Amino acid sequence: MATAATDLKVFKPTDYKAEIHNDWCPGCGDFGILGALQMALAKLQIPPHRVAVISGIGCSGKTPHYMHTYAFHTLHGRVMPSVTAMKLANHELTVIGVGGDGDAYGIGAGHFVNGGRRNLDITYIVFNNDVYALTKGQASPTIQKGMKTKSMPEESIMEAINPILLGLACGYTFVARGYALDTKYLADLIARAIQHRGSALVDVLQTCPTYNDLHTKGYYAETVNGQPRLYKLDDTDYDPVVHNPDDPVEVAQKKAQALLKSQEAGGRIALGVYYQMEVPTYEDYLKKKIPGLREKPLAELDLYHRDITPNLQELM
Amino acid sequence: MAYFSWMVGGPQGSGINVSAEILAKALMRSGYYVFGQIEYHSNIKGKHSYYRLRISDEPVHSHVEEVHLLSALDEETLVGDMYHEFPAHRGHAHEIAPGGAILYDAEHRKFISWIEREDILFWEMPYAELLEQALAAAGKPGQARAYRIMTNTLALGATVGALGFDFEPVAEAIRDSFGSKAGKVAQLNVDAARRAYEYAAEHFQKQMKYRLPPSPGCRGQIMVKGTQAVGLAKLQAGCGLQTYYPISPATDESVYLESYQGQYNLVVLQTEDEVSAIDAAVMGAHGGVRSATSTSGPGFALMPEGLGFSAITEAPGPVVVIYQRGGPSTGLPTRHEQGDLLFALHAGQGDIPRIVLASGDIEECFYDTFDAFNYADRYQVPVILLVDKHLASSYQTLPPFATEGLKIDRGKLFDPATGNGNGEYLRYAFTEDGISPRSVPGQEGGIFWTTTDEHDPRGHITEGIGNRLAMMEKRMGKLAIAAREIPAEKKFRLFGPSGGAAERVPVLVLGWGSTKGAIVDALRRIDPQQETYRFLQVRMLRPFPREIERYLHGAGKVICFDCNYAGQLAYLVRAETGFACQHSVVKYDGRPFSETEVLAALEHAVADGSERIVISEGRVIRPGDGRQQFDELVALRERREKMLPPMVPLPPGYNK
Repeated sequence: MATAATDLKVFKPTDYKAEIHNDWCPGCGDFGILGALQMALAKLQIPPHRVAVISGIGCSGKTPHYMHTYAFHTLHGRVMPSVTAMKLANHELTVIGVGGDGDAYGIGAGHFVNGGRRNLDITYIVFNNDVYALTKGQASPTIQKGMKTKSMPEESIMEAINPILLGLACGYTFVARGYALDTKYLADLIARAIQHRGSALVDVLQTCPTYNDLHTKGYYAETVNGQPRLYKLDDTDYDPVVHNPDDPVEVAQKKAQALLKSQEAGGRIALGVYYQMEVPTYEDYLKKKIPGLREKPLAELDLYHRDITPNLQELM
Repeated sequence: MAYFSWMVGGPQGSGINVSAEILAKALMRSGYYVFGQIEYHSNIKGKHSYYRLRISDEPVHSHVEEVHLLSALDEETLVGDMYHEFPAHRGHAHEIAPGGAILYDAEHRKFISWIEREDILFWEMPYAELLEQALAAAGKPGQARAYRIMTNTLALGATVGALGFDFEPVAEAIRDSFGSKAGKVAQLNVDAARRAYEYAAEHFQKQMKYRLPPSPGCRGQIMVKGTQAVGLAKLQAGCGLQTYYPISPATDESVYLESYQGQYNLVVLQTEDEVSAIDAAVMGAHGGVRSATSTSGPGFALMPEGLGFSAITEAPGPVVVIYQRGGPSTGLPTRHEQGDLLFALHAGQGDIPRIVLASGDIEECFYDTFDAFNYADRYQVPVILLVDKHLASSYQTLPPFATEGLKIDRGKLFDPATGNGNGEYLRYAFTEDGISPRSVPGQEGGIFWTTTDEHDPRGHITEGIGNRLAMMEKRMGKLAIAAREIPAEKKFRLFGPSGGAAERVPVLVLGWGSTKGAIVDALRRIDPQQETYRFLQVRMLRPFPREIERYLHGAGKVICFDCNYAGQLAYLVRAETGFACQHSVVKYDGRPFSETEVLAALEHAVADGSERIVISEGRVIRPGDGRQQFDELVALRERREKMLPPMVPLPPGYNK
């Protein structure tokens, strides 16, 4: 519980920073995402002990170690089951999942899908660099067909997963795309994702200076047809929000709009919120069923003095 | 112990389990001890299932092979599935004890001639006619066809009438089974059952030499199956998060708990797979909630990764209940086996400290599950409870579980009020007993780091040698602490002679898990004065109770029972103690040991002395017996005229 003293304290991004040496490669896009996450938490002034950051395995998996919050570096692909249970154990915590593209869309795909449709009030930040970096650069599920990074012996002959489309299909109620090297805007997106009531996906385009020599800082800085490759939806008249979730036509239209935007022709990539709809969360439904959760989080309830006599009587 | 053995058989979906459980409940309320055992297929409707009740004047923990009264709801129960290219069985008539009886439906009369038995009674019941009368009285004449599903209720009435047992307790149990919906439908069922009761009473009552024993007048029992006992213990233990992925025969437990979520503030999470189920349970435990998951062998096959996660992060749990079934792979989804003992002990990456318990009966399911949560919190390890299909779905009448003496121990907790916080708190601090106080997320001053990589006391990754040695010893050393602290009777139990003669008995029977019920009942029969046999039940498999060694060496001979092919307990005993059991009795036909089978095995072991004894269908079998039975069934089918599979009636009004 936050004490009066912490309520008055102003948290700076560095308050979320653990005192530990960071062993990511120099120039790694992960630094941008880490910084953005710390900035977002400071922006929202969430006390560090009220935050749980939960990762999978890989370079991105080390993120929790660099955070001064409750920190869990779990298993490859299992971000969603871990995030889910932490939120169920204490729905008053800010629970943030972080993981790589292989973690989320490859080995953890089944969890990613079902985690989305549960619509818990959580945030999932995916570090998307097209490669499995910690194992030295094999192709990940987001690598485009025909692409061959310097770390790959052959080009990819499979279609890439489109994380925005996948997120929409699974039922994430907030789907956004950020860019690791635009930390300020990414921090803004992460803050909006945390504030969103429901499952929020932030797919972050991340550079891997060691293994991905195609989608580099330079690539993302290029212009295509005279326009910058990356642009912000917030600078356009794009409205991602479903204003009436009870209107199936509007829901479908907003999803269709995001679908088109995620497959933009000509190589331009939109950053920002693609889709957002606020509907009751999984916790809201649980609270309807389980009265104790309306008072306190599960972990704080006294479950240790139950009287099972009525159940025994049913068996008589 | 005097007892009566009853069996009802019919297609799945015909309600045999409902009627058997109604009868069991009525008998329990009339003072009897009852053990109920069901066999069913992995199928929703139509495949053959049967349910046995053993009704006794003393506490009873097992079934027997012989049947005194068989109630057949279909032709397959009488003569088997002679409509298959390779029939699976030849019905149950051959299991009837000489002088016993079959209650059958007049509609299946033609199959009676297929039964080659002169020494049993054939009692024909005009169920359709009686049903028509009941429907006519309820203002629904001419609808017997549509209400054929009610035949199971009539058969229940017929059983009770033939036995000469009172109808009223049965009528009450029928009404109870309809719950709050009790009304016209319940009354129609009671009336139909009464008509069958009266018909059977008039025509067959007490013709048979087998009778229900006089009621011992035992009051206040509960009728409970293993999935309920485990579920109840989870409620009692303060479990807050149960995760599961549907799988036979484990699912009933989670569904039972699901229906009490609101009443007890419990979250039941159905996950996308068992990987997610165990990981969520690990994380729930880290999150400060007692967490558990339940599965069967194929589901547990997806969980070793999560066991390692729990072990290296020193999570306080989860409690993993494995309801073993016939393997390997999908195997026999609804049948019994104890094939996952070695798997449960060894599953995982590297050296995983874990506690593994195995309940011997439904009563122990309750107390072991309760203890499992205390061990998880106290030692910060995953705890596996091995149970099986036999315990899961068998019903036993028992005194209500005693909850007064049960204490919850949440282990060592970080206390924000008293300190070692404010950045100084170390989640994996080295301590004397290797157990570090744990913080729960959300607390100020208790922030910690956790990783599935090897880590330092703060929870950050390190690959240093000194730290590695210390952390391995910290984690694995907790098992030695557990072995020292956990009381002996929770690790193994002895039945039979005690005191001075305890370490010197002619025959020591060794077993684990649900073989206990049949062994205990068999020894009471074969050795009522407790002079020759003693039974040693291994209740905790890890840490293994090496204390049992002196009993092994002190016995004239040791006969080890395993309901699996390899003799996994015998193997484990040898690995842990170096002691080779003189006899390994195994059974791998997908059915649990009956009392009859334990007696057959003991007799054979004592008389014949062969090292490996294989049991099936009540007797010792030889290599090739299974194949011979297979061929005989095919030959039998070829001799029979064409037979159609039984049909399960749809519920009344389904097609409206």
